[in-house]
Amino acid sequence: MKFTAAALKEKILKGSLGFTLISMVFGFSLGAIVLLVAGFNPIQAYWEILKGIFSKPKYMSYVIIYATPLIITGLSVAFALRTGLFNIGAEGQYIMGAMTAAAAGYFFKLPMVLHVVVAVALAVMIAALWGGIAGYLKARFGVNEVISTIMLNWTALYLSNFAITIDAFGRSGTGKTYTIQDTAFIDILGHWKRTPEGIEFLRNHPMLWDILKSPVNLGFIFAILLAVMVWYILNKTTLGYELRAVGHNPFAAEAGGINVKRSMVVSMFIAGGLAGAAGAFQVLGVSHRIAKLAVMEGYGFDGIAVSLIGNNTGPGCLLSGLLFGALKYGGSKIQDAMNAPTEVINIMIGTIIIFVAMPKLIRLILTYKSRRGVK
Amino acid sequence: MTSIDFSRKTVEMIDVVKKFGDFVANDRISLTVHKGEVHALLGENGAGKTTLMNCLYGLYRPTEGKIRINGKEVVITDPNVAIHHGIGMVHQHFKLVEPFTVTQNIILGQETTKMMGILDLAAAEKKVSEISEKYGLTVDPRAKIEDISVGSQQRVEILKALYRGAEILILDEPTAVLTPGEIQELVTIIRNLTAEGKTIIIITHKLHEIKQVADYCTIIRRGKFIDTVEVAGVTEHELASKMVGREVSFAVDKRPAQRGERVLAIENLVVKDNRGIQVVNGLSLDLHKGEILGIAGVDGNGQSELIEALMGLRKVQSGRIRMRDKDITNASPKQIISEHSICSIPEDRQKRGLVMEFDVAENLILENYQRRPFSERGVLDHQEIYKFADQCIMEFDVRPQDAQMTAKSLSGGNQQKVIIAREVSNDPEVLVASQPTRGLDVGAIEYVHRALVEQRDRGKAVLLISFELDEIINVSDRIAVIFEGRIVGEVDAENADENNIGLMMAGGRV
Ligand SMILES: Nc1ncnc2c1ncn2[C@@H]1O[C@H](COP(=O)(O)OP(=O)(O)OP(=O)(O)O)[C@@H](O)[C@H]1O
Ligand SMILES: [Mg+2]
Repeated sequence: MKFTAAALKEKILKGSLGFTLISMVFGFSLGAIVLLVAGFNPIQAYWEILKGIFSKPKYMSYVIIYATPLIITGLSVAFALRTGLFNIGAEGQYIMGAMTAAAAGYFFKLPMVLHVVVAVALAVMIAALWGGIAGYLKARFGVNEVISTIMLNWTALYLSNFAITIDAFGRSGTGKTYTIQDTAFIDILGHWKRTPEGIEFLRNHPMLWDILKSPVNLGFIFAILLAVMVWYILNKTTLGYELRAVGHNPFAAEAGGINVKRSMVVSMFIAGGLAGAAGAFQVLGVSHRIAKLAVMEGYGFDGIAVSLIGNNTGPGCLLSGLLFGALKYGGSKIQDAMNAPTEVINIMIGTIIIFVAMPKLIRLILTYKSRRGVK
Repeated sequence: MTSIDFSRKTVEMIDVVKKFGDFVANDRISLTVHKGEVHALLGENGAGKTTLMNCLYGLYRPTEGKIRINGKEVVITDPNVAIHHGIGMVHQHFKLVEPFTVTQNIILGQETTKMMGILDLAAAEKKVSEISEKYGLTVDPRAKIEDISVGSQQRVEILKALYRGAEILILDEPTAVLTPGEIQELVTIIRNLTAEGKTIIIITHKLHEIKQVADYCTIIRRGKFIDTVEVAGVTEHELASKMVGREVSFAVDKRPAQRGERVLAIENLVVKDNRGIQVVNGLSLDLHKGEILGIAGVDGNGQSELIEALMGLRKVQSGRIRMRDKDITNASPKQIISEHSICSIPEDRQKRGLVMEFDVAENLILENYQRRPFSERGVLDHQEIYKFADQCIMEFDVRPQDAQMTAKSLSGGNQQKVIIAREVSNDPEVLVASQPTRGLDVGAIEYVHRALVEQRDRGKAVLLISFELDEIINVSDRIAVIFEGRIVGEVDAENADENNIGLMMAGGRV
């Protein structure tokens, strides 16, 4: 491949990146119309969002905190999709990961780094099995993974809510679990910033202080590492080669000696583990406990959009997750600034996201169908 | 023949250029076809025939050039516009929806509806059977596509175009998948169509077919227009050398086989097809080192299922398959390929042979990605992978010479070359070749046949399945005839008699 100016232009026009950018422009225009219809000045609103994201270091760190779980669930969905599997179950796998991390973080008494490692490993393992179930059902009995993962989502939700009712784990009457041990925290300077020396130091460093006002934690760094890992596995390893071959053409993969059924299980296993990691980092770094869920929180579902916008690649999910996080956090700012109700904000965000993701979703459904039927 | 109306030019393509990036697939090609004419397009694999026809059918927009239909200049933006102008196309690789029935596929996008948009399947089925009877295109309107043979699928494609009222019919290598008998039927169909004033553009690599059905022939070489000739005035050899630009030999030249010990033994094999019908019925077969065993037979007599069972892709109901005295019945595809050294050139190259979204290099390691030097401890070595790909591309003359090209963007014949390169470079003990030259040009066929013979000469065994009796007789050392899932006769290729084999293929006794 040559990198001439013409080739670059063609890439942008025809390639996925240019496509995404163009749909983003459309998405934001449509979002503006939504605001206009609801009686708000879209220019002012977008300006507030921009200010709400970039005007303070604290805001930016919030964006990152919002984005972290979305990036990772996005990676989960993307990973399964590359094997031709639609992981609607990232939500449930996330819940399983969060629950396991909360339990391991609370019940175990371990030294600092080790506690985090154990809690994350357990969470990833349990969530991976949760995803693996769907893969196994598909490989063994031909159960469509979309259906099985949806059911597993509900199972996970109720399992988690049930766990909270257990006295040893949940603080009775609050609908929440006990806070995990300090040793399992992944907050950055979480303790130090509350000690007298810390407060003293931060007073002289307002910028750092501002950042540390938000629950900054190591989750984002892990998210970057995971994005790189996903890219590496898919493109550089024999495992990734197998999974991609199965995703594109299971018949040829089978004829070439690749174990298609095993690939499905492995892919869902890894996808589940990723979503579980998202839940674990959220618990260890932000919430430090889990609470009773009235409805699904949507981290896994948002992951579908993140994956689609990110073109189902590791680095793509990183960028689109940040975009998503920025919209979510920045969007909340128009509420205070312009008195816009949350419903309008959510509709605006939804419009933008749908517009960016929809063409890809359609393409996905078409290829998904053709993989089954059209020759 | 006599049906041409020279006063009416139905298709005129003038100086058509089609570029893919920097690559020029069609370089100022012109083509004129009259009403009632059969016009053949001839050219090597990758010459640009399909691309040119895709421009006519609206699948591609020409980079330059004009198209006139019935004297009027048109811009064909998509196939719907083409259909509107009465152009129908049967693609080299079918575009059918597998879980749908024959009728459903034919009416797809043209559904006849009763009141309130309810599908009128009965009416559609009736119309389909009318057309199919009229032209002798026998198909079961209610069968599912995934259950019928490649040959029948092809007939469905032709029916589909006729159903939409095509006046100009483009047939992209229609005979590549047909049996000799079916080809004769198709010839009759084509004659009926032209007699009714329809215009046919046909792409084929088989020169005798051009001689048989076409009035005019346009020759393309590497994207460039070479000549348009009146078929009656040229010989097959002249056509071939115009196309390749050098002399080609049709005969397979080979020394007598040095037949060695038995490597593969199939005993009383029973296999079912997708519908659960037993299509391989107690088949027995021996294959020896150093020989090419040809399996002659009409499509749909259990060949596909036999091969799939042999390659571990389909369950064996009963019977045994032994390779070098090891039982490999129902072994996994991986074991069969890597441990037992049986490789196969599959009959359906786009379904079983290639991952179309992968590039050439990735496709070439499909069976070996786990081995050195392509990977070590689970990590791919792209440098080695592309080095190997470049070698294969050179050796097997894959065009264009670009290992990063996706399989999807290769011409049909070049896709086949990639598969052959992969399987032959595996150097298997047994090479199974199903329709290995389907869709290849004469030059490439020469090459494949030589590759098979070379494999044999190195003491390996080759199992050749082909619906083309000529190919079977020319290439094989021994011929087994398959009929209704059994081997009904075996003959030495030396003294094979085409008529006898033909009779056995049809289930007759000799
Ligand atoms: N979408 C595409 N992108 C890039 N190159 C393409 C594309 N489609 C075709 N080509 C190239 O254009 C050339 C002509 O291809 P085409 O399919 O027209 O060949 P053909 O004459 O039909 O050959 P065959 O007999 O093998 O079917 C080939 O080199 C092919 O690789
Ligand atoms: Mg072609």
